[in-house]
Amino acid sequence: MNLALTHTRFLFLETVRVPIAVIGTMMFPALSLLFFVIPQGAVADNPVFATAATAQLSLFAVISVCLFTFGVGVSEDRSTPWDPYVRTLPAGVAPRMVGRMLNGTLFSLLGVLPVVLLAALLTAATVSVTDLLVGVLALVAAGLPFLGIGLAMGYSLPVKASVPVAQVVLFPMAFGGGLFLPPQVFPDWLNSISVLLPSRAGRDLVVGVVTGTDVPARAVVVLLIWAVATALLAAWAYRRDEGRRFH
Amino acid sequence: MTDLLARAVDATRDFDSTRALDGVSLDVPAGQIVGLLGPNGAGKTTLLSLLLGLRRPTSGRVELFGGDPRDPASRRSLGSTPQETGLPATLRVGEVVDFVSRHYADPMSLGELLDGFGLDGLQRRQTGSLSGGQKRRLAVALAFVGRPRLVILDEPTTGLDVDARRSLWDGVRAFGETGGTVLLTSHYLEEVEALADRVVVIDDGRVVTDDTLDAVRASVDLRRVSLRSPAAPDLPGVVRHSSEHGVHHLYTPDADALVRDLVVSGLEFSGLEVRGASLEEAFLALTGDRAQTAREKAAAR
Repeated sequence: MNLALTHTRFLFLETVRVPIAVIGTMMFPALSLLFFVIPQGAVADNPVFATAATAQLSLFAVISVCLFTFGVGVSEDRSTPWDPYVRTLPAGVAPRMVGRMLNGTLFSLLGVLPVVLLAALLTAATVSVTDLLVGVLALVAAGLPFLGIGLAMGYSLPVKASVPVAQVVLFPMAFGGGLFLPPQVFPDWLNSISVLLPSRAGRDLVVGVVTGTDVPARAVVVLLIWAVATALLAAWAYRRDEGRRFH
Repeated sequence: MTDLLARAVDATRDFDSTRALDGVSLDVPAGQIVGLLGPNGAGKTTLLSLLLGLRRPTSGRVELFGGDPRDPASRRSLGSTPQETGLPATLRVGEVVDFVSRHYADPMSLGELLDGFGLDGLQRRQTGSLSGGQKRRLAVALAFVGRPRLVILDEPTTGLDVDARRSLWDGVRAFGETGGTVLLTSHYLEEVEALADRVVVIDDGRVVTDDTLDAVRASVDLRRVSLRSPAAPDLPGVVRHSSEHGVHHLYTPDADALVRDLVVSGLEFSGLEVRGASLEEAFLALTGDRAQTAREKAAAR
C-alpha cells in the first residue's frame, strides 16, 4: 500500500509540473458549458435540462481524462527509457496501476469541478448534496469502460497512434452518447445505436442520479458489459506488452 | 556449488521474424564482474531485458536469484539503470532517488548516495536541468540505491567524459571489491578491460566466447606491428590491416616473422612499433572473422 502511494505521488508530481496539461483538462468541458449551454435560455433556465447538461459535460470531462491520461499518457510513458527502468524495480503491477487510477480519478474530478461551479453559478441547475455525492460515484462508474479502453490503447499503441485514436474514440462516443446534444433530439436510428454505447449508458446513469429520475435497467446492463469487456481488453494488452518492440 | 545470481539456459528470443537471441546460456556467479561485448544489434540488450524481467524468452529459461525475473520478489537484490539518460525531466533529483529507494528494504540515504556519485548539492534540481554527465551519474547511482547484490549496467558510461568515466569505474570496482556482482555491457572495450574478470562476446544472438579476460586475450593473441610507409605492405601472416594518417597497423600472430619478412621485402619504412593487440582489436578479429565467414557463405550460395 505504501508503494501504491509512492507511485501515486510520483505520477501526480509528474503531471502537475506541466501545469498546461492540468489547465487543458479543466478548460474544455467548462468552455463547452459556457459557449453551448449557458447562452441557450431554454436549457440554462430549466432546472432539469440544465442539470442534465451539466451531468453530460461532466461525464465528457471524465471520459476525456480517461482516454488522454490513460491512453495517451501510458503510451508516452512506454516510449521513455524511464518506464522499463521502473518495471525492473521490485514492485508488481499493482502499485503503478493504483497510482494511475488515483491520479486519473483526481484529475477527472478536477475537470468536473469548473463545470459544476459554472453550472451552479450561471444556470438553473440544481442538485441536493446527497445526489451530488452519488452523482460523483456514478461518474466514476460511468468512466470505467473508458478507463479500460484508455489502458488497452496505452499498452498497445505507440504515442503517434494513440493521440488520433483517442480523438477518434472521444468525439463519436461523446456525440453518440448524447453528451453534447441530449438523446431526446436523436432520430430513432441514432437512438437505437446510442443505447448500446457505454457513453450513453453512463450518461443515463449520471443524469438519472442527479436529476432524480429513473435510471433505465438497460443502461446499467450495457455499462456493466462494457466495463467487464474493456477491463479484460486492458488486462490482455498489459500482459502482452513488453515495452517498445524494437532493440 | 557456486551461488548463481543470474542465469540464462538456452534462451532464445524472437521479435516477429527476427531471432535476436539464439540459444544463449550464461551463468553469473556471485562476486564476478562480467563484461558483455558485442556489436550493435548482437543481442546484448535483449539478453539483459530477459534477465531484468522486462521480456519473456521465446524458449529456454532465465533465472534471477534462482527465481523468475518477472516475479518482483526476484528483483529485490537487483540494481539496474535507465537507458540513455531517461529520467523524468520535471522531477527533482531528491524526488527521483526517494521514489526508487522506497522500493527497497534497506536503501542508502540520499546524502550517502549523492555524495558517492559526486552529485551532492543537487537534490533540489529538476533532472532536466542537469548536465549530460550528471544525468548519467544519477542514472547509474539509482542502480545502487537499494544496496543490491547484483547490478546490471547497460552501457553505463556512454556520453561521459574521461574523468567521469574513470570515477565511475572506481565506483564499480569498489562495489566488486566488497563482494558485489556486476553484469555490464559497453561500447568501450577499454571499459571491459578495466573492470571485468570475465568476458562474454555475443554476436548475432549467440555466445561466441565466454572466458576470463586473459584467456580471451590469449585466444586471439595477436601482435600489432605499426610502421610508417608510403605504400601498404603486402606481407604473409597478416590477419587484419588498418591504416591511419600514413601509419599502417598490421595484426599478426607472429610479429617476429612479420618483421623479418618486412626487412627482406626491401620496403621503405620508419617508426616501427610492436605491441600486443588490445582486447578491442582482438575482438574485431573475432567478430570480423565470423562476418567474413558469413559473407563467404552468402557468396557461395
